[in-house]
Amino acid sequence: MYSKHAALEKNSILMLIFVVITISIGGIIEIVPLFRMETTIEPVKGIRPYTPLELAGQNVYIREGCYGCHSQQIRALRDEVERYGHYSLAAESMYDHPFQWGSKRTGPDLARVGGKYSDEWHVQHMINPQSLVPESIMPSYPHLSRRVLNLADIGDDLIALRAVGVPYTDEMISSATQDAYAQASQDSDYLDGLFERYGEKVVARNFDGETHTSEMDALVAYLQVLGTMAELQDYKHDGSKRSGQ
Amino acid sequence: MNTLNEKPNYNDDIVKLFTIATIFWGIVGFTVGLFIALQLAFPVLNFGEYLTFGRLRPLHTSAVVFAFGGNALFATSYFAVQRTCRTRLWSDGWSSFTFWGYQLFIVLAAIGYVTGITQAKEYAEPEWYADLWLTFVWVAYLVVFMMTLKNRKEPHIYVANWFFLGFIVTVAVLHLVQNISVPVSIFGTKSYPLWGGVQSAMIQWWYAHNAVGFFLTAGFLGIMYYFVPKRAGRPVYSYRLSILHFWSLIFMYIWAGPHHLHYTALPDWAQTLGMTFSIMVWMPSWGGMINGMMTLSGAWHKLREDPVLKFMIISLSFYGMSTFEGPLMSIKEVNALSHYTDWTIGHVHSGALGWVAFITFGAVYHLVPVLWKRSGLYSLKLVNTHLWIATIGIVLYIAAMWVTGIMEGLMWRSYDELGFLRWSFVETVQAKHIPYLIRAFGGLLFLAGALIMVYNVVRTIRGDSAGEAVQDMVHDPNRNDAQNNSRSTGEAVHV
Repeated sequence: MYSKHAALEKNSILMLIFVVITISIGGIIEIVPLFRMETTIEPVKGIRPYTPLELAGQNVYIREGCYGCHSQQIRALRDEVERYGHYSLAAESMYDHPFQWGSKRTGPDLARVGGKYSDEWHVQHMINPQSLVPESIMPSYPHLSRRVLNLADIGDDLIALRAVGVPYTDEMISSATQDAYAQASQDSDYLDGLFERYGEKVVARNFDGETHTSEMDALVAYLQVLGTMAELQDYKHDGSKRSGQ
Repeated sequence: MNTLNEKPNYNDDIVKLFTIATIFWGIVGFTVGLFIALQLAFPVLNFGEYLTFGRLRPLHTSAVVFAFGGNALFATSYFAVQRTCRTRLWSDGWSSFTFWGYQLFIVLAAIGYVTGITQAKEYAEPEWYADLWLTFVWVAYLVVFMMTLKNRKEPHIYVANWFFLGFIVTVAVLHLVQNISVPVSIFGTKSYPLWGGVQSAMIQWWYAHNAVGFFLTAGFLGIMYYFVPKRAGRPVYSYRLSILHFWSLIFMYIWAGPHHLHYTALPDWAQTLGMTFSIMVWMPSWGGMINGMMTLSGAWHKLREDPVLKFMIISLSFYGMSTFEGPLMSIKEVNALSHYTDWTIGHVHSGALGWVAFITFGAVYHLVPVLWKRSGLYSLKLVNTHLWIATIGIVLYIAAMWVTGIMEGLMWRSYDELGFLRWSFVETVQAKHIPYLIRAFGGLLFLAGALIMVYNVVRTIRGDSAGEAVQDMVHDPNRNDAQNNSRSTGEAVHV
């Protein structure tokens, strides 16, 4: 065996080919089946693509590097399920490009943060986290409420996402800007169209209380939808065994 | 090789450039690291919009891994491949393109991070335009390296070059698969990755773990395989072990990624496969450590005299330690505790500071007098000072992270007598304050050590000598060989 190895040592191209074969096997076996097997993502009722405003919020979340400190993946462990809610299902992040599972909890998990706090809480918490949680080490983001959200081209984002497999319809794309503004106000004339396209559960309101549609509106809309799409009532108590209570 | 009468005209100018870039980006990366460590202890240090932890963290990781580590790999691979092939580096033009092209990539990426342009994929944050540019540069790197191998005057390709080649080609594959994305507009910076959800999670950690396995391990093992034997004046301990651990390392590492996704929505079979291979890869990892350390057989006394060799051997010790810790943390039950905590941060830093940075420091201290044709370093005493300050810094750092990591992991899962979770999340944050200060202090020591290196390197390049009694004997290869005549073996000396 060792004497045969000399053939590789004497031929750089052969060496290169053998290296490529050797490093390809593991990746192919672990990755390819995830695209082929139907069991990878079990269908869950209620999962839909993000509305344009929520998507803009996710892009703020990405821009600020929130994923560096916050996970969005509740593991199937007793304490996590009790602290954060039902463990995360694959379907819940199927429209995230890329996934936002994170790898570190310098701050708490956000996979099911939607609906846990009021909009006012989120806005105040972004402007000055320590004013609500004195021990927090989170940076403050006051610029988010000052900055007007650029929604003119949000339809292009939907087009790009459709190209990578998110099922946005032509109608969703053509009315993306209108939908985004509608969701950030309580009394828009265009709300019916938004609900028609994304479902009645979509939360539409003036998230930051300001007159302009800000990046804060988008971010809070995104945070408020996290973990709320899936209809989990069928197996709500599966993961959390509350025997002690 | 020094017995040969004719020495090829090596291209050392390019190695000089990469060496300077290595040191420069090292200081940048360590400084940003210290700053963000302080931000975690004192959140008031998050200034304005551009200097928050969220934006600086990728700046730190990329500066250390890709700028410091990457330039070190370019410098050492270009240096070693010429010597071990006894030929000049192929194409001055293209090799110099890899230098300026790679620096441009680093600057493009860094500007993106602070201005919030990111793909949000750890260790692959640069957006599509920077990724495209890097692809181009990387292909040039592969071509320069392959062409130099092709032009070699030695019949065999030396083991260090197997590792460099494995690193270059695998990183190319990883980079391409991980970064396929659709730009929103060709005039804009934003893109959406092709992969989404659970598949993007799997591909992310396949990529990121092998950035560790190939960028920070295989590549740096290439450095080890050239510089340790060179510095020790000894042939590599075992040729067979080299073969065995090279092929098993690159085969097994690729599978290890899913251990970052235990108990998540990734299918169980993939998690188990990832864990199994992560444990198995412990063996080839230690194969490399043993092969490096045992190269000192018969030359252990040099450890007493040569602080540069000390850097390399301590580096191998940290390599051994973190490649034991890694498999341990990949076990599902251990990972249930360690994942999402600072333990992971500690683990990464025992590898990055202890292994990657230390072997790099060793190589830099070896390279600078050779490249600038000086008789030795300005001061070996300062090398020793750097060594110990940095070692103490690492130990403080990783010990603090073990404490915070295991503590917060236990606090998160702790129940009171009524069966309620005992601690709110923010109480676990509060509990980490003191260890965070110790960690930052460890980082400060590490940075201070690196600054001592900068001083030492500058004085060496200027041609100064501290006039110490013990001079740097190791740099003159002829003298080195003469010393080694005491041990006459039939083994082929590759270096």
